[in-house]
Amino acid sequence: MKVRAMTAIAALLAAPLAAVAGPDSDELVVNGEINMVTQTEAPAHLDGALSELYSGWRFRSDETQALQMDDFDNPAMVFVDQAQEAWDTADGTEGKSCASCHGDAADSMAGVRAVYPKWNEAAGEVRTLEAQVNDCRENRMGAKAWKYDGGDMASMTALISVQSRGLPVNVAIDGPAQATWEMGKEIYYTRYGQLELSCANCHEDNYGNMIRADHLSQGHINGFPTYRLKNAKLNTSHARFKGCVRDTRAETFNPGSPEFVALELYVASRGNGLSVEGPSVRN
Amino acid sequence: AALISGAAWAGETAPGDVVYADGAVEASLTGTPGDAANGAMVVGSKKHGNCVACHQVGALADVPFQGEIGPALDGAGSRWSEAELRGLVANAKLTFEGSMMPSFYRIDGYIRPGDAYTGKAAKGALTPLLSAQEIEDVVAFLATLKDE
Ligand code: HEC
Ligand code: HEC
Ligand code: HEC
Repeated sequence: MKVRAMTAIAALLAAPLAAVAGPDSDELVVNGEINMVTQTEAPAHLDGALSELYSGWRFRSDETQALQMDDFDNPAMVFVDQAQEAWDTADGTEGKSCASCHGDAADSMAGVRAVYPKWNEAAGEVRTLEAQVNDCRENRMGAKAWKYDGGDMASMTALISVQSRGLPVNVAIDGPAQATWEMGKEIYYTRYGQLELSCANCHEDNYGNMIRADHLSQGHINGFPTYRLKNAKLNTSHARFKGCVRDTRAETFNPGSPEFVALELYVASRGNGLSVEGPSVRN
Repeated sequence: AALISGAAWAGETAPGDVVYADGAVEASLTGTPGDAANGAMVVGSKKHGNCVACHQVGALADVPFQGEIGPALDGAGSRWSEAELRGLVANAKLTFEGSMMPSFYRIDGYIRPGDAYTGKAAKGALTPLLSAQEIEDVVAFLATLKDE
């Protein structure tokens, strides 16, 4: 028998996949008190590209999931403690610390992670959290910028993220941010590299499926920065983007580049409605 | 580029010279019969074709972690002729429009091609993901995957 029609292939595809595909049905409550939304209706601007949103947490093994359910088990929390020290320590020519201007992070940074990247009117650009932190360091503290995807920066964004845990991701994509969002969307659907794979090929068309040993999620960034068991450190979203693009045998973009800033805004917006989970734990 | 490929592909059909008819490739790319055992290695090995990243292959039950992106390849040798299989492996996009399956014997038309998996820009001309003989070997292996 010879088949060539796509419908025949689709029939072949359907049978073996149904059993394993998909997120699990576990619920994420952190420290027994923060109820995380790990599944919700997709935002209207996705135009039906995803029927339902799932946090990456729902695709991880029970063992990995457990590490994120209690801060005593979450290996990312030592970095939050380190960032709290940095927050209170003066640096740079102005002799100021983050606390000099922002006081207690628990108050001043509540809700901030949920709305970044965000349009900055004075700068006339979409700013990531990392870019804003470095702007404060360079222009308000007279301190050296941190490496965009380095340890100091990842730790500080973890401290800032913790203050928003459980709040829904809610980045704005209209008005002045729209052009950047459109650029990010275009990147998301571009098939880069010698393997010609787009973010959508893996995270939209195949979430729930195994690609070799990896269980594909929808590729959301509500859990960033993420502690990965694989490299035993905190990882920024741009470092993850870089790794994913590299795996298509492509020339990547750089962390902090306009392309990755646009991609971050777009990817964040795909997760509007999921809870801020950062710092999360992944394999 | 033509000069380089002339030298590099001596005795083989260069990626740009492969003749596709409706997605299929009638002529062997090398003239040397494929080695099915080596083809099985190429299909299963992460360092070579890594086809199992996306496909399950019952005949390679000893290879762990087989993916679920494409259909299982069991019975592919019954579903497709040798020429169709050659075309499918060399450039699946000519059989399945817009396929997620990479083109294993093509070297141009890519967006931001990299230098293998370094994340850096490719240096000079690309080499195809599989060599001409590896394509023949994989086709020989796939041809053995008959329906029971
Ligand atoms: C000298 C004062 C000053 C210092 C020191 C300072 N900041 Fe800021 N920061 C500001 C001001 C003012 C803004 C508002 C800027 C704007 O909207 O353009 C701001 C904004 C921010 C925001 C965005 C908040 C929001 O709601 O959008 C973050 C995050 C932030 N700072 C983090 C830090 C961190 C982390 C440090 C230390 C490494 C730091 N800042 C040090 C003055 C400071
Ligand atoms: C070849 C397949 C593939 C492509 C293409 C790909 N990714 Fe991934 N990505 C993965 C795998 C595998 C993982 C790890 C498992 C998971 O979380 O999905 C991952 C993880 C992620 C994560 C972490 C999710 C979490 O919850 O921690 C993000 C974010 C992500 N990818 C974004 C992207 C973006 C943006 C692109 C395009 C620039 C992209 N990926 C392209 C395979 C891919
Ligand atoms: C990144 C994913 C991916 C990789 C890697 C991949 N394929 Fe595929 N392949 C697919 C998909 C998806 C299809 C189904 C056709 C479609 O819908 O585009 C397919 C279809 C096929 C078919 C026809 C299906 C059938 O059985 O009738 C064959 C044969 C095939 N692939 C062989 C291979 C071989 C051999 C390799 C490695 C040299 C390989 N594939 C690597 C994704 C992949």
